[in-house]
Amino acid sequence: MNAVELHARPSRRAASNLAMTCAMGLAVIVVAIPLFAVISAVVSRGASVVLDGFPDFLVAEIPPISRRAGPGMGPAIVGTLLVTGTATAIAVPLGVLGAVYLHEYGGRGVFARVVRFLAVVMTGVPSIVMGMFVYVMWTLRFGYSAFGGALALACLMLPVVIGSTEQMLRLVSDQLREASYALGASKSRTVLTVVLPAALPGIVSGALLAVARAAGETAPLLFAVGATKTFNLDLMGGANTALPLQIFQASSDLAFPAAEQRAWGAALTLVTLTFLLTIAARLVVARTLRRRSGWKSS
Amino acid sequence: MHASGLSPRSHHADNAFRWTAALAAGLVLVILGLVAATMTARAWPAFSHMGVSFLTSRDWSPADDQYGALAFGFGTLYTSALALALAVPISLGVALFVTQVAPGWAKRPLIYLLDLCAVVPSVVWGLWGMLVLSERFGLGLSFLTAGLILAVMITPIITSLSREVIDTTPSADKEAALALGATRWEMIRATVLPHSRGGLVGAVMLGLGRAMGETIAVALVIGSTHGQITANPFASGNSMPAVIANEWGEADELHRSALIALAVALFALTIVVNLIATWIVRRRSPG
Repeated sequence: MNAVELHARPSRRAASNLAMTCAMGLAVIVVAIPLFAVISAVVSRGASVVLDGFPDFLVAEIPPISRRAGPGMGPAIVGTLLVTGTATAIAVPLGVLGAVYLHEYGGRGVFARVVRFLAVVMTGVPSIVMGMFVYVMWTLRFGYSAFGGALALACLMLPVVIGSTEQMLRLVSDQLREASYALGASKSRTVLTVVLPAALPGIVSGALLAVARAAGETAPLLFAVGATKTFNLDLMGGANTALPLQIFQASSDLAFPAAEQRAWGAALTLVTLTFLLTIAARLVVARTLRRRSGWKSS
Repeated sequence: MHASGLSPRSHHADNAFRWTAALAAGLVLVILGLVAATMTARAWPAFSHMGVSFLTSRDWSPADDQYGALAFGFGTLYTSALALALAVPISLGVALFVTQVAPGWAKRPLIYLLDLCAVVPSVVWGLWGMLVLSERFGLGLSFLTAGLILAVMITPIITSLSREVIDTTPSADKEAALALGATRWEMIRATVLPHSRGGLVGAVMLGLGRAMGETIAVALVIGSTHGQITANPFASGNSMPAVIANEWGEADELHRSALIALAVALFALTIVVNLIATWIVRRRSPG
């Protein structure tokens, strides 16, 4: 790329620049196409199902025979909330604690470095493997339950929460920690009352994204939750169900229009849930950033 | 160093907190270790029944107690390769567009868009692939349909990792190239790409790991044909995770053990890919 070449064919260089810029823009469009296609398919086919006799679809039981027409995903919605909520209650506190250890105590020690490395590797373990693991450890002994599904999802969420939380702890300025020590606070007190509150919005946002991913998982629930069609509010006792499981089941009954309609309705419900969680995650961060920057400038 | 030395009670509390946190961090090691140990134990009957032919035979017929996983391994690698071939150029293009081309106001919405792509549930992509890609567009239940769906699913992760890597290019390098009269594309080729090469390889490998482990979407669109090893993308086949999801319900003792053996093989495969990828990404960033 010497000066002679720069002067030689300006038009050709500009042309290749333009072509590559267009190619990059095209890539963005190519990514957007399937997203819009899937959203429009889910909304156009699912909305009428969910809205027909609202809120029947969200609260009624699932018809026991899948070719029978009529609403109902109530038990699956309850199951999804129960399984995902329990998984969150297990994985988020443990993940935050683990990240606190890695950043505030472990630092560059061997143990912390190994854990940090393997946590990244663990985020890549396929979700079906975690489901199988929970089957071997839990379901074989205690049978199907919502709790088994929650354990599988918690295993998937744990390394994600550890990673996102540690990143947020890194952003907390050391001056805050030193100020707390100077006031005589112990290390644990500093972490609990100064560092974690300062990092809270980022931690919440990371956790919400992890929950959104987990709520849509099917494979880890296959071996742990079972597939009932009636309400089951008992966390530990008996088979339960979830929205992704119902969609997966319905996919083998697509010959029946009623089953296909319920599948699209369930898909719309599930996509809405995951999108709301994702948008909430963004809003938490955006609002805090705005408040912080306002506070700084005043 | 701080007040803990002054009051013994707070010292104990401090230590207790430290150890609780260490235990939580150690859970990562415990879980990974247990996954490897307990699942290998459960898979042992199938491994010892089949011996090496578990890996070298393509004959998978539960009725005759034959469990050769070769064709499923092929399906996993073939669909993942198709997915990478489609997803890598597109992800790189999007990452470059977001970091180098897009005006400031457009960056955030583009990143949100990718976030949303990443949270569309696997089973919903699968349903869409079945009813729209395969039926409406006539791609059928095939390796190609599975590869397309996988490409859509791994693009957000490859893009976001690439974006992080590309963002670390020193702006002094980029400005130097521009000051010499380089066009934007020449600047990217001369500074951004050489700087990011290692990290981009790592990002692609993490995407590969995701593609190999993706279950439900593939299970719905790959066609579930046993023993299929062919380069024809329109043929239907099967992949390791898809077999597990599709056959688990009606499997008996040894069959289940064989499916767990598939999961162990998948675990080993993805762990190796992810170890290498993480190592590559880590090597180039200090800490």
